[in-house]
Amino acid sequence: MKIFLKLIFLFIIISSLTLFRANAAGEQQELLKVDWSFKSFFGKFDRASLQRGYQVYTEVCASCHSLKHLSYRNLAEKGGPEFTELEAKAIASNFEVTDGPNSDGEMFERPAKLSDKFVMPYANVQEAIAANGGAYPPDMSVLVKARKGGANYIYSVLMGYDEPPAGMELDDGVYYNKYMYGNKIKMSSPLDDDIVEYADGTKATVDQMAKDVTTFLQWTAEPHLETRHKLGFRVIIYLSVLTILVYFSMKKIWSRIETKV
Amino acid sequence: MSDHEYTPKSKVGKWFNDRLPLLTLANHLTDYPTPKNLNYWWTFGGILTFCLITQIITGIVLGMHYVAHADLAFQSVEHIMRDVNYGWLIRYVHANGASMFFLAVYIHIFRSLYYGSYKSPREVIWIIGMLIYFLMMATAFMGYVLPWGQMSFWGATVITNLFSAIPLVGESITNWLWGGYSVDNPTLTRFFSLHYLFPFLILGLVVLHIWALHVPGNNNPIGIDIKKPSKDTVPFHPYIVIKDAFALLIFLLIFAFFVFFSPNILGHADNYIEANPLVTPAHIVPEWYLLPFYAILRSVPDKLLGVIAMFAAIFVLVILPWLDTSKVRSTVFRPIYKQFYWFLVADVLILGYVGAMPAEGLYLLIARVATAYYFAHFLIILPFLGFKEKTTPLPLSITEPVLGGSSDMAMARNNSDLKEKL
Repeated sequence: MKIFLKLIFLFIIISSLTLFRANAAGEQQELLKVDWSFKSFFGKFDRASLQRGYQVYTEVCASCHSLKHLSYRNLAEKGGPEFTELEAKAIASNFEVTDGPNSDGEMFERPAKLSDKFVMPYANVQEAIAANGGAYPPDMSVLVKARKGGANYIYSVLMGYDEPPAGMELDDGVYYNKYMYGNKIKMSSPLDDDIVEYADGTKATVDQMAKDVTTFLQWTAEPHLETRHKLGFRVIIYLSVLTILVYFSMKKIWSRIETKV
Repeated sequence: MSDHEYTPKSKVGKWFNDRLPLLTLANHLTDYPTPKNLNYWWTFGGILTFCLITQIITGIVLGMHYVAHADLAFQSVEHIMRDVNYGWLIRYVHANGASMFFLAVYIHIFRSLYYGSYKSPREVIWIIGMLIYFLMMATAFMGYVLPWGQMSFWGATVITNLFSAIPLVGESITNWLWGGYSVDNPTLTRFFSLHYLFPFLILGLVVLHIWALHVPGNNNPIGIDIKKPSKDTVPFHPYIVIKDAFALLIFLLIFAFFVFFSPNILGHADNYIEANPLVTPAHIVPEWYLLPFYAILRSVPDKLLGVIAMFAAIFVLVILPWLDTSKVRSTVFRPIYKQFYWFLVADVLILGYVGAMPAEGLYLLIARVATAYYFAHFLIILPFLGFKEKTTPLPLSITEPVLGGSSDMAMARNNSDLKEKL
């Protein structure tokens, strides 16, 4: 059984090495921590929060930030916000996409379908940069995975707008944020109380909206998170049972000779 | 190879075996006499074979969906993660599989260092092993470039730029590697091609590695030569097979934990940002398994010498069988070497740690001391220790400690001490 201890020891070494590395670039302020429903072994998304988060995304973020890796059909898929297919179709039909060429060789506009990718707010990166004072609003599809600290980081930045400390000069169009790298951000605070009106009656406080939209972005980054957790649990159980069976088989086989395993 | 002649029982089997002795080979593999005192550190050979096969299978599937093009690679990875059936699983197994592969190979190498498995008559096994290790690093490095994220791009830029340090032809070589004047689409496509090829070269070398192993047979924790087959050995099947299977399952539990519950913890967040040649990340760091070498590279102020030091760090391992002058294999009987061994382990871990840190101030100083010690261990300590060290007496056979009531190392030592006194 010593092997277990040794392996656990190794495991600790590896994880501490990653932690060390995580701290490597960390001179910044400690992030706000939220007890997300999708963390932990059995973590799942809060369905209502995902739907509200989608609303915040469309009404607030989508004017600048794209979600280019997502399709409208994803909104109705299992493990996501789980809008009904009709709802997802209705959402899609709000957007115009360019299709074609048709039989006359011309491109044409039509309402988006479930199979279409999310419509982007800008035609290209240059246009996005020009419209946003020289800063590119990053695509949000995998944003949660692309930032150290993940969901907590996104939430912290949304909550981190504050008056700059005395003596700090900010240019026009630059805002102070406690959690942003370098504390300067070109996005003004996007959330204000009651900036959206939730259909389910939840009060739209800044904190509530920040949580909802972060949950939504965690889903856009990891659309199969729930399946992964569920399958992972089964795999661990299966492997554990098999390990025990193999362990006793091994004991039995090795008992034919006097050497211990 | 086989110690006894094997004849298949069935007529068809005999007919076939006379023409292609596959059955003889299978018989050799199942009967292969293995020291009975192998501990769990010896199970990593099997685990590594498993890792290689897993990487090849998942890699082939990923290759069916991945697009090796600078404009499409990132998107195709997201396509795999979102739209391909269980694509997320296959990619996470492949990405974490690389880390698990290196974890296992480091344990395997340090096992060999502890028990002197590289010493005569096993030098060729060791050298083939080092070739495999070198190819693994090249393969992993190129694989990390394929998702075409920020770390992919900038890691590739930093590493390929190393070759520009070569005098006179450096720049030409770098341009030749890139297929242009910077890391770009031609670099990506050739990396993909080579990343697909190298695992099969590794597979071929693994066959040679095992073949070379089966000539002298396994070393063992006591490190003495054993007669085979004898009381000291057990047939590979079922004894070692079941033990390897058990260890593999424990390994798989850890593997599964990473894949299902922490799939991105070993990677870098920046690699989920699409490659952008105009924006340099704040800290460019390679994957964790390359960090010790990265630390050695950066600890030397001169670029060319740094590159030489990095490659030398691998090369000293290749010539290790001739640097270690001690005739005693197992560290169990080498009290002084045992301490230096653990110093080396700590030294490599420290190198890995400072490799992840910015190369400045105290970190740089630590990296330099650790680099110096790394080379001192192989080039000074090992050659001298072989002559100076007073080793404890070796047992006559591995059955001796076994018959003494335990296969425990301490018991083996006590028994042989007793014999000396008598």
